Amino acid sequence: MSLLFVLFFVFASIAVIGAILLIVAREPIHSALSLIMVMVALAALYLLLGAPFIAAVQIIVYAGAIMVLFVFVIMLLNAGVEERTNWSKIAKFAGLPIGVFLLFELAHWLARSAIGKSIANGSEATNAAVSTRALSEMLFRKYLFPFEATSILILIAILGALVLAKRDE
Amino acid sequence: MSVVPISYYLVLSAILFGLGVIAFVFKHNIITIYMAIELMLNAVNLAFVAFARAYNQLDGLVFVFFVIVVAAAESAVGLAIILTIAQNRQSLNVERVNQLKF
Repeated sequence: MSLLFVLFFVFASIAVIGAILLIVAREPIHSALSLIMVMVALAALYLLLGAPFIAAVQIIVYAGAIMVLFVFVIMLLNAGVEERTNWSKIAKFAGLPIGVFLLFELAHWLARSAIGKSIANGSEATNAAVSTRALSEMLFRKYLFPFEATSILILIAILGALVLAKRDE
Repeated sequence: MSVVPISYYLVLSAILFGLGVIAFVFKHNIITIYMAIELMLNAVNLAFVAFARAYNQLDGLVFVFFVIVVAAAESAVGLAIILTIAQNRQSLNVERVNQLKF
């Protein structure tokens, strides 16, 4: 076991434990904090995969901006303990069996198909860091139009949020 | 020093996505359901980065960047919708949001 394996298993277990805590927690604020745990662990995994720029963006945008937004809304709405309601009948009798069936179908497909076999044989990831310079050159040359389109998307999102959150007099 | 095989990352991504789906289906609170969507997006991002490194192409990393940007825009609009729903219904339980017109 090399150091990389140990680091991978440490951060992978932190991510999985965080995701389980998100499901188990009754209070939304606890779910939000465990989601931040998952995101920080994933940023460490991106570093292990040799993508430092993505790791930084993950911390700054996801853990920094989006989760702060979530915590703000939880605070604003004073969201308390989740109230229990009865499951609808369809969810109880059809949802769970269909979900389990789909899971097995996916596992079957992954085990049989060519891509599944190549995954199982395990090509190894290089962990030499990808240079941010090469990434930005690709972003501003090959993907320039989508990049500019996202700015319009964000502008529309700001306008939409403003219109939605505005109180009707 | 041996490197971690790409399949480990893909399995972790699948586990996280499955946990996100479970949270999406089982939670009643609308904010927590929203967080489950973010968890699934994160799992997909991990698969993107893992494949990008496996095939040594940068396109996957650029796509992760776009996914993060779109998730930020989406969470701004979605949380505004949640605010409006909470003001109208006085509840965050999705079971109580069963009518389009209130």
